[in-house]
Amino acid sequence: MTQADLIVLLPLLGLAGWALVLMLIDLAIPADRKHITGWLTLVGLAGAGVALTQWPSAGRLEAFGGLLVADGFAAFLTIIFLFSGAVAVVLAINYLPRMNIARGEFYVLLLLTLSGMVLMSQATDLITVFLALELLSIPLYVLAGLARPNLSSEESAMKYFLLGAFASGFFVYGVALTYGATGATGLAGVLAAERSLLLAIGAALILVGLSFKVAAVPFHMWTPDVYEGAPSVVTAFMSVGAKAGGFAALLRVFITAFPDVAPQWAYVLALLAALTMIVGNFAAVVQSNVKRLLAYSSIAHAGYILMALPAATHMGEAAVGSALFYLLAYALTTLGAWAVVLTIERKAGEGVALTDYAGLFSRRPGLALAMAVFMFSLTGLPPTSGFIAKLNVFQVAVQAGYVWLVVIGVVTSLVSAYYYLRVVVLMFMREGAGEALNQPLVNVAVGLMAVATFALGLFPSPLLQLAQQSVLNFIR
Amino acid sequence: MDLLFSTLTLVTFFPLVGVAVLAFVPAAQKNTARAVAFGTSLITFALSLILLTQFHAEDAGFQLVAQAPWFAFGSLAVEYHLGVDGISILLVLLTTFLVPIAIASTTHAVEERVKEFMMLFLLLEVGMVGVFVALDLVLFYIFWEFTLLPMLFLIGIWGGERRTGAAVKFFLYTFAGSIFMLVAILWLGFSAGTFSLPQLIQQGVAANVQIWLFFAFALAFAIKVPVWPLHSWLPEAHVEAPTAGSVILAGVLLKLGTYGFVRFNLGLFPQAAVQFAPLFGVLAVIGIVYGAVVSYAQTDAKKLVAYSSVSHLGFVMLGIFALNPLGLQGAILQMINHGLSTGALFLLVGFIYERRHTRQLAQFGGLWKVMPLYAALSLIVFFSSAGLPGLNGFVGEFTILLGAWEGYGAGWFAGVAALGVILAAVYMLWLFQKMFQGEVTHAENKTLPDLSRREILLLVPLLFFIFWIGLYPKPFFELMAPAVEQIVTNLQAAAVALR
Repeated sequence: MTQADLIVLLPLLGLAGWALVLMLIDLAIPADRKHITGWLTLVGLAGAGVALTQWPSAGRLEAFGGLLVADGFAAFLTIIFLFSGAVAVVLAINYLPRMNIARGEFYVLLLLTLSGMVLMSQATDLITVFLALELLSIPLYVLAGLARPNLSSEESAMKYFLLGAFASGFFVYGVALTYGATGATGLAGVLAAERSLLLAIGAALILVGLSFKVAAVPFHMWTPDVYEGAPSVVTAFMSVGAKAGGFAALLRVFITAFPDVAPQWAYVLALLAALTMIVGNFAAVVQSNVKRLLAYSSIAHAGYILMALPAATHMGEAAVGSALFYLLAYALTTLGAWAVVLTIERKAGEGVALTDYAGLFSRRPGLALAMAVFMFSLTGLPPTSGFIAKLNVFQVAVQAGYVWLVVIGVVTSLVSAYYYLRVVVLMFMREGAGEALNQPLVNVAVGLMAVATFALGLFPSPLLQLAQQSVLNFIR
Repeated sequence: MDLLFSTLTLVTFFPLVGVAVLAFVPAAQKNTARAVAFGTSLITFALSLILLTQFHAEDAGFQLVAQAPWFAFGSLAVEYHLGVDGISILLVLLTTFLVPIAIASTTHAVEERVKEFMMLFLLLEVGMVGVFVALDLVLFYIFWEFTLLPMLFLIGIWGGERRTGAAVKFFLYTFAGSIFMLVAILWLGFSAGTFSLPQLIQQGVAANVQIWLFFAFALAFAIKVPVWPLHSWLPEAHVEAPTAGSVILAGVLLKLGTYGFVRFNLGLFPQAAVQFAPLFGVLAVIGIVYGAVVSYAQTDAKKLVAYSSVSHLGFVMLGIFALNPLGLQGAILQMINHGLSTGALFLLVGFIYERRHTRQLAQFGGLWKVMPLYAALSLIVFFSSAGLPGLNGFVGEFTILLGAWEGYGAGWFAGVAALGVILAAVYMLWLFQKMFQGEVTHAENKTLPDLSRREILLLVPLLFFIFWIGLYPKPFFELMAPAVEQIVTNLQAAAVALR
């Protein structure tokens, strides 16, 4: 292992290593003081952030003979992962004891799945992608079942595990076929190899596997049940972190290795995006449970991000940059919304119906306002980060010639306005017993995320540029 | 960057200062909140008057431009880019003029959550002024969409009994219209390499793509105006909105649509505008007659005024798509007129509603005896709305009809539209008769107090302009003439190219 290898591996090592250490430390922490484990987890996340600064500021650094890379793309996504991990920890410190599941494993598993995500963003070989996929998924299966012996939580874990394993099967088979067709598993090697039918089938199977992870239609069936059954704090993390992890692989693999595996390939991807937007948004309209609503909303947003894939055939790095910025805006807004959901879910299974939000404005104006900001941002209304993100993705797609896809995008945004607006209407314009816990730490986090959602909508330039610059060396 | 802190920036964003101050006003101090909001809007109006003194009425192009880079998608830059011409400065003035009046009208009407109401109102002002002055297409869209949010809450929280339905319908309807405009804007920006409106006008848009771009923009504006048959959100929103909201909704928000037609559909896509002018002429005429007839059938005073807006804005649309200087000038003046007279109408309806908590016409009658001053001022406003010579409405409608007579190449457009003027007199006088003439039929009406000094003061500025424009409209026409001339020149060139 050279020094360069070590630098590339540093954030990952930090997270995984700290997870192992924390597992031991947690043994010494009494059951009623597990929040200490939580705070220590934040230390680990900060450490990984520091490790990230050791990466080269521009260009790319390959390691382990092309198995891994440290580049702007990975760095940008790692920041998103660490951010969503940190928010999840902050939320969990209050949430877990309230649900009587204050277990130290939560934090350890969180660190492990985060390390899988980081690995995912860096993987430049199909084998490392698979490793990352499993490292990301397995701790999440366990996390979904954290509320054992709660039945719905167990059901959620079981479903997630079975379908996830199924998806992994598709993925591995796709890798095998790809290797058979090209004799390579490295993304650069696959790119260089001759195109063939076998390769196209392999790519299609890999697409299926990864589509499960990002919950793209028609591979989304697990999402609402798993999201509903898992403890909310896990769902919050899953809907952001796991999705960003899946997209890390989708973008890296499909744009750098399979840009042209078949003549109509881009249309398959465009169709996937279109279906995901349509089904996700229309299904969300009829939901009366907030967790299911946000589950379908997360499916819908996967559709908007997926637009970057077909667009990348013409627009290259600009498309990847738009997807990264979208993921960032989505992470910020969705975590904010989940944070509010968590403060309203006072006991397990209580306070997750839409009607529990009625009249929230009169009791908790600040919280209701923040939730409204998140809802408007998810709709894509200016001046929020969600608007800029959608604008960016749409712009790239229009430029790539996918006007029809953008039309679907705006029409489904209109549909989404309906169900996001319902939350706002309930909070502000209806009488009701809408009540929420008052936790200073969560309040501050929610406030900061709401302000950031606005700030990113009004002054998007720095992060927009960062997203665009971080993918400069993405396609080679 | 040096132009960032210009008068125009100040006029647009000054209400935010009021919002920031209001954030620190305790919720219990309702009068402080009212005073802060009113003061802020007055200063904004004063700033817009300063803007007027800096404006060169004889120049056609955009003036007092403020421009700064904002963000970029690769090489495609979105700019902070504001500017006014003779058309938009009038509408900016209308907005900053109506907002303080609307705010002052809420003194007794809004008692709950006064602070939040005022904050939203000032935010709304930022959005509306922004739409009129934005010269970057994306910035325009942002302001355009942003106006929806404060209005959603103003109707939904402080509105009447069926407020939530009306608020959601208003929001979804207008949002539905504007999404295709966004696609068109993105396409334009990509194909022309810029989002800057002056630059796009200069470059011109290729004739073969003008049609679908034209309709993508037109849908957004037609819903906002609203052009018949897309008007169904309007009566509900108007009836449920609080008085101040109705004043601004009718006075300014509807003008966002007609302004959009002038600025974008005529300015950017002149060939498509020439091709489809007859279609919009027909829709306008239908709107004029339909609005008038439906107004006559109303039993609720506010609903009557709401439907009369459909009719009046039909006139504006007729003038716009006459595509000649007379029609356009009449249309722009009529936008101002409608803002003034319909604003006054909603205030008047609001006054009586505050006294009787009903707007059903059957509940009134004989009010002339009880409230002579209210009746007299109402009569003036009704006449203004109906287009009586000597008052503002006549000047606008007459100019539009002259323009339409020439413009459509067929006299019947103007002929049928003139029917609308008569119908307007019918429903306005009918309204007057129902409310003010005859005997006092309801005992509770006998003791109604006449207008208070505050209420008179609210109406006086509106009446002042109603008379001014009616008697001496020349300064208004002069202000807009160069800008109108420029648009018409483009249109004529496009018409020649089509032949």
